Amino acid sequence: MLIFKAILLTLLIVCAISTSISKNLLTSVVIFMSYSLVMSILWILLESPDLAITEAAVGAGVTSVLFFVTLKKIRAIDQRKDEKKDEIEE
Amino acid sequence: MSKIREDYENTRWRRFERFVNGEEMPEEKRLELTQAKEGDKEEQLAEITTTQSLRRKRKEERESFRRYWREQQEKEIKEALKQRADWPNTGGVRVFRCVYRFVALLICAAIIIVLLETVAELPRFGSAGTPANSNEVAERYIERGQEETGAVNIVTGMILDYRAFDTLGESHVLFIAACTVLILLRIDHGKDGKTTSAQLAEEDDRKFEPKNDRILQKVAFFLVPCIILFGIYVILNGHISPGGGFSGGAIIGAGLILYLNAFGFKKTERFFTYKTFSTISLCALLFYSVAKCYSFFCGANHLSSGIPLGTAGDIISSGLILPLNICVGCVVACTMYAFYAIFRKGGI
Repeated sequence: MLIFKAILLTLLIVCAISTSISKNLLTSVVIFMSYSLVMSILWILLESPDLAITEAAVGAGVTSVLFFVTLKKIRAIDQRKDEKKDEIEE
Repeated sequence: MSKIREDYENTRWRRFERFVNGEEMPEEKRLELTQAKEGDKEEQLAEITTTQSLRRKRKEERESFRRYWREQQEKEIKEALKQRADWPNTGGVRVFRCVYRFVALLICAAIIIVLLETVAELPRFGSAGTPANSNEVAERYIERGQEETGAVNIVTGMILDYRAFDTLGESHVLFIAACTVLILLRIDHGKDGKTTSAQLAEEDDRKFEPKNDRILQKVAFFLVPCIILFGIYVILNGHISPGGGFSGGAIIGAGLILYLNAFGFKKTERFFTYKTFSTISLCALLFYSVAKCYSFFCGANHLSSGIPLGTAGDIISSGLILPLNICVGCVVACTMYAFYAIFRKGGI
């Protein structure tokens, strides 16, 4: 169990650092999502399952979705590029 | 009232600001100047070329003149571009950047030291002497919580019975946040039927919705009922098992957002409109306020609701906790969904 906890904590730190380092905003948000998931597992290990449920729903779910919408609004996700790629593939 | 300074553009701070933003670049001004000069010259030339005999000569002159100016301008532009490329390496900017980095590092180090010192001061985790372990309020909650509130889950008993007015404030905060986002991001649909630029931008953003993604729709078809059912379970069992209004509401909100993403606004508008949002939020908050507002008059002293507590462990037990949980869950679910909908299309 101790090793498991240590792995999770290391993962947490790695996620936190790479969120701030990563150049692509979309990647940042996805890493932040995984950070929330690791955090919610840690909450369960700390014996507070209600917090774990909330963290998983709000941190990993709703917050990231709002981030995605914001990125789309400010056109940080280039939609046209993807569509062009699709056309070429077709 | 602050007075507007007339020489605001020339103040030292404003000049510094423009310098930092890179707006003040000398070559741009010079380019404008050269263009203006060229215009003047041409006007003068046009005036001079009046007589027939002189016209051809003047024309040649003018063309050579123009060529000369064009070459000059190209040279200027090249120089300007070079200067612009070199601009970040000029002395002032380099010094500013160095100072900026140094100060940022200093502040970071200071905050790290303060935080580490604070952590070092904290008592050991789990030791008996900590304030959290030697508090008589906590003892009282743990010893008599179940008997007084009827909730097996002491956390819920605490936040919805002993400290219910805290949760009252929290749910109002959520509602106010949703209202503020609505005020900020709402797109007005004009009554005269004209399409505004904001509306057009919104349509452009959602042009391809719903995307009719087969995988997403199939997954949502099976997952959304499970998610919402789980949310309802968490809310209704808030006083028995871990969870409660807030977690359950967040789960239901996430489920609604998934449904919206898969099937688009037209389908969700069949059961969730602005009216639904306002009705549910208003009813839930009103019920909560009526049930718990006495706390503001008699402090945190408990007034019994008159509802029998029932057997601990049953779903219908522990008095007001269950309805309050449902209220909080409704408010949270509506707010989560409203946030997403307002962000997405500027309205619910």
